[in-house]
This record gives sequence, C-alpha cells and structure tokens, in this order.
Amino acid sequence: MHIVVCIKQVPDSAQIRVHPVTNTIMRQGVPAIINPFDLAAIEEALQLKDRYGARVTVLTMGPPQAEAALRKAIAYGADDVVLLTDRAFAGADTLATSFALAQAIRKLGEEEAVDLVMTGKQTIDGDTAQVGPGIAKRLDLQLLTYVSEITDLDLSAGKITVQRRSEGGVQVIKTRLPALITMLESSNTIRFASMPNMFRAERQVVPQWNRDRAGIEDASKIGLKGSPTVVSKIFTPRPSSQRAKMVGADLDATGVANAVLDVLSSDHPRFAREIGLVTP
Amino acid sequence: MTEKFDAIVVGAGPAGNAAAYTLASAGLDVLQLERGETPGTKNVQGAILYSDALERIIPDFRNDAPLERHVIEQRMWVLDEDSFIGTSYRSDAFNSESPNRYTILRAPFDKWFSEKVRAAGALVICETTVTELLQENGRVVGVRTDREDGDIYADVVILADGVNSLLAKKAGFHGELDPKNVALAVKEIHFLSEEIIQSRFNIKGNEGVVIEIAGAVTHGMVGTAFLYTNRESITLGIGCLLSDFKKSGVAPYTLLEELKNHPAIIPLIEGGEMKEYAAHLIPEGGYKAVPRLYGEGWMIAGDSAGLVNAVHREGSNLAMTSGRLAAETVISLKGKGLPCTQANLGIYKAALDGSFVMKDLKKYRQLPEILHGNPHFFSVYPQLLNRAAHTMLTVDGEDKHSKEKTVRNSFVEHRSLFGLVGDAFRMWRATR
Repeated sequence: MHIVVCIKQVPDSAQIRVHPVTNTIMRQGVPAIINPFDLAAIEEALQLKDRYGARVTVLTMGPPQAEAALRKAIAYGADDVVLLTDRAFAGADTLATSFALAQAIRKLGEEEAVDLVMTGKQTIDGDTAQVGPGIAKRLDLQLLTYVSEITDLDLSAGKITVQRRSEGGVQVIKTRLPALITMLESSNTIRFASMPNMFRAERQVVPQWNRDRAGIEDASKIGLKGSPTVVSKIFTPRPSSQRAKMVGADLDATGVANAVLDVLSSDHPRFAREIGLVTP
Repeated sequence: MTEKFDAIVVGAGPAGNAAAYTLASAGLDVLQLERGETPGTKNVQGAILYSDALERIIPDFRNDAPLERHVIEQRMWVLDEDSFIGTSYRSDAFNSESPNRYTILRAPFDKWFSEKVRAAGALVICETTVTELLQENGRVVGVRTDREDGDIYADVVILADGVNSLLAKKAGFHGELDPKNVALAVKEIHFLSEEIIQSRFNIKGNEGVVIEIAGAVTHGMVGTAFLYTNRESITLGIGCLLSDFKKSGVAPYTLLEELKNHPAIIPLIEGGEMKEYAAHLIPEGGYKAVPRLYGEGWMIAGDSAGLVNAVHREGSNLAMTSGRLAAETVISLKGKGLPCTQANLGIYKAALDGSFVMKDLKKYRQLPEILHGNPHFFSVYPQLLNRAAHTMLTVDGEDKHSKEKTVRNSFVEHRSLFGLVGDAFRMWRATR
C-alpha cells in the first residue's frame, strides 16, 4: 500500500507577536511548524503503516526552507519525502496548489500506485479546506473530509471505512480505494520519534522537484498565473447587534415556513422583493 | 543499528556549542544533543558576550553574529532606598573595530552559534534529552536518550548540560547543588525604541551601557542587579543566593518589582513594554565548588562544571573556553591515537588551570565564604555610603570637618573600628 500525505509548513500562529514599537506583525522569529491538522494526517498514515504495512510518502509544496517540515516527517517515520519547490509555483491559490500537488501525486503514482492520499482538514494560516478536495477532484479519488478515525481498511477488497464528523453527528462511511482523506486535528496525537528515525531525518536526502520533475507542462495552471483568487479587501467582521427571533415553535412544517416568510417580508422588504416573495 | 561517534556533546549552550564546533572543525565525527526545540530555547543569560572567548573559536564572528550593542560604558551603582552612589567608566576606545563586550539576546545568538556548529559538520539533534550516561566497567561509553532505541555510543562524552547537571549528578560525578553555591536570577526585557534608548543613556549608533547594581534592592541578601541596553530593549535583572532567598522568604519577583520602582531605575525603563520574563540558576560557588572535571571517557564544561566568576559576572566566556579546551583535548588525543581515559584527559584540567578560567576562580576562592559570613557588605555598607554622600553633598551651614566626623562616626557606630579594619582585610585577602 502506498500512502501519500500532503502537508504544509505554516507559521506557528500561536507565537505571532506584534512589534511593541511599530505595531506591525513580527514575522521574523516566528517558528515554522507543520500544520497541526497535517500532523494528524501523518500520524494516521503511520498507524495504517503499523497496522497493515505501507509505504508513506510525505509531500509538500513550498519554499526551500519547507525542507525542515519534511525532515520532521521523516523523524516521525515517513519513508520518503518530496519537496515541490520552484519559483513558478509562487503565489499559488488553492486552485493552483491542488493542481500542482495532484500532478506530483500522479508522478509519485508512476513509481508505485497510490492507494490513499491524506491531508489535514485545513491549514491554520489559510483556513480554506479547499486543497484536499481539489486534489481528490483532479485525481478522481473518493473524497472523505473531516475524518476522525479510520476504523477499517480491507486491502484485498480495496475498501476503507471511516468515521467522519458531520453537523450534529458522526457518519460511518465505507468507500472504495483510492481515496483522499482529510483529517481532524483531534483524531490522534503525533508520536514521539525514535532515535534511529531522528538520525535518518538528519541524514536522508530530501528530493526537490521543480515543475518539470513534477511533470507539469501547462505553466498557466500553476503559481500566480494559475490562481484566479483575488483578495480585494481584508477587514475585521463586525459582530451583529441584531437579536435572533424564534418563530412558529408550536406550528407544523408548513406553518413554520409561512411564519418565516412573514418575518422576511415585514423585516426585510427589499430582500423579499428580490426573491419575488412580494411583488413590488 | 548502533550509532557510534568520536564524541558526543550534551547541550547546546555556549560550552556545548564551543566544544561541538571545535571538534567538528577538526574533522571529528561529533554528535550534539539538545533537549530544547531548537538551540537557545532553554538557555538564559543576562546577557553579555565577551568577544575574546568567542574570537578564539570563531575569529570572524562579528560578520554575522546577532549582536545587540557594544559596551562603551560601565556604571557601578550602590543603592539605598531612594538614592544611589556610583562610579562609571566610559571610553571611546571601546568603539574600536573589534569591541571587547557586547550585549546579546541569547535566543537569536544561540541559533546563530548552532548554525555555525552544523556548518562545521557536527550532527545536531534537538528535542532529545539525555537521561543517563552509558557506563561499562567504570568507563563512560555513550549516552541513553529519552527516545526509543535511544542508546548512542562515543569515545568520549562532553557534558555541557548546564547548571544543576542532572547527568553528572546521576553518574555520581558530583553531589546535589548546595543552595549556598547557587544564585537565582530573574530578569525582564522591556522594549523601547532605539532613539529613546540612545537619548536616555547618552549613546549613539550601537553603543551600549551596562549598569551593575548592589545595595538595598537585595534586602541584605548576597546578590546584585543589572541593567543592560540592547538595540531595542533594556534587560533588567536581579539575582541572589538561593540559600538567602530561602532564609529571607522574599520572592525573587518582589526584588525585581522593587528594582523597577527604584527612583534611579524608573526613568530608565519608563514607557517600555515588558515582553519577556526569565529565571535561571547560576552556579556561584567558585573555585572550591568546582567538581571533578573529567574521568574515564568524560569531561564536563561550562555551568555544569560550576565555571562562573560571580565577582565579575563572567560565565559564558568561561563556558566557551572550557568547551573549547575540552574539545582540543579530544583532538590532541585523537591525533596521537590515544584513548580518552581518565589519565589522558588530565590535560583538560591542566589546560583549564593554565587559563584565565581557573586562575580567576582561584583568585576569588575565599570570597563566597566571606560574603556568606558578612552580610553587612550588602546591607550596612550601601546605606552608609549613600548617607555619607548625602551628608557631604548637603550644604546646610555645618562645617566640613564636622560633617566628616559625622560620616566617620556613622561607620564606626554601625560596624565598629575593629569590624571595619577586619572587613577591609578580608576583602583584600579575598581579592588579591
């Protein structure tokens, strides 16, 4: 079994400080860590390795200094690592990032077919939770997001069973491999590296893949060029001062719907007109 | 899979880094183990860097080491409740091409030093605690770490694991630290703009000022305080003997708070934002408290060996020098194809004895006992000195002869003529 874990090196947001004199964010000296959600993905992959036997390859895209995150991954027990790094990747949004990572995973699959791709549910610096699903879509993998536990893996049948958190409950889902799983942070705790792995982490060569090595021909899909996302404005959302209203608690479904419509048309006449609730 | 190295260095402070750097530069296969997340995260110092000791290890350190300010002025203040009497020495000669002392912040400095150690070829592994020394037939043959499959072997182990060296204690190389021989120091870093620091201390560019402080702020305990100017911050700290803290029941942070609220200090740190607080033990037992420094397959350096000159507030330079000398001992033995036996490692002790490290400690060997036995050095004298100055500098119609007599009488009254002469003699003997 071949598991590819996608990770990201992020600034430790808990340790970001504001410069006391200039009031600017002090990026310098803020330690870079492995995104905590991704650590859960690494640990889950290593547990699968312990249980079923697997080759775990950890992949990241980032600047050359992201190598430190991959060395940590080796210390935890990853067999192989790949650092996807190229100036052409710079400025990538989640669309371009998932494209580049998907290409690299495809390339890794040429060496040994990939059964499972794992990653954290989101990063703590971007918070989008889009890259994992983006990879799954591009590689046509079964997508399992917000997974808290992998309960079973049947390699011969090519089936995996997981628990995933959903609104108001836990879903138990069984699907076929290959699949992509995004892990919740709280699902496990990263292991304490063994001494031999600590040595291996210091000594193992970290392969750096540029665009060509990752087999990316279309430069318009990576980096800034491949990133349609534009951040037009950043602001602090203001908390709403409006109070919530309870309507139709003792009514049936139709009654509740009618009560909601009444509130909408009286409190938000413009919205009601726009959706055609009331004719102007 | 058993790992074996020429040498293992435990700890990545000044002593450990000096040792690992020197060993690796000589082409030896060296492993350095550090328990902190990165080198420097566990290390605390005032901090003053003494150029000479580092220059002998990395001659061109000024090119890229993160230095704060070079010291051009040293003030010595003796405080009473609301006054101080002091001296200062300031010289433009300290603005030379290669200044003699710098203020530093240890976190960035240690990171830099460690990068040099790695670049020299040492294998540096962090987040790994050495739990004990591996011994075979009375000989240290390696270390055991807190990790799975954590035994690592080496021809020699250099212990640079800091004050309160648990490893040396566990191996029976020295006993429990005596509270009389350890100071507990606390410090704070207050951020202020470069311009404010420059104007408050009458300095320009990267010039810096050091203030050493004694007197009322220690509540009569054996100890001193300090203020260092960094580039964009001021470090303020105070330390006293652990045994005195125990006896007085005064909390260290209380002393620091009082120091910060002393009329002589308030205007210097006003408007600053406190960003860091740290506490650390300092081995101040001096010459007589230095433990065995080497044995079969091991040497000990820096704070873990108690190599601190408390009188002159020197420690990191003794640490770097001892680390370097320990490494040079190994290099010399390896060059001759000799094993690191106790007999052969004796040259480490000889090298230390021949250096300023042991010579300085020996010079002040009597001092700790004298200070323990004479607490009035830290209570009565500061008060008398301040009152004498106050009397002499107050013009109130009283003639100078009478004023001198008042001052003289106040000294005799508080300390007796016999006591004064005795103190003078003891101090002379302890520091000659």
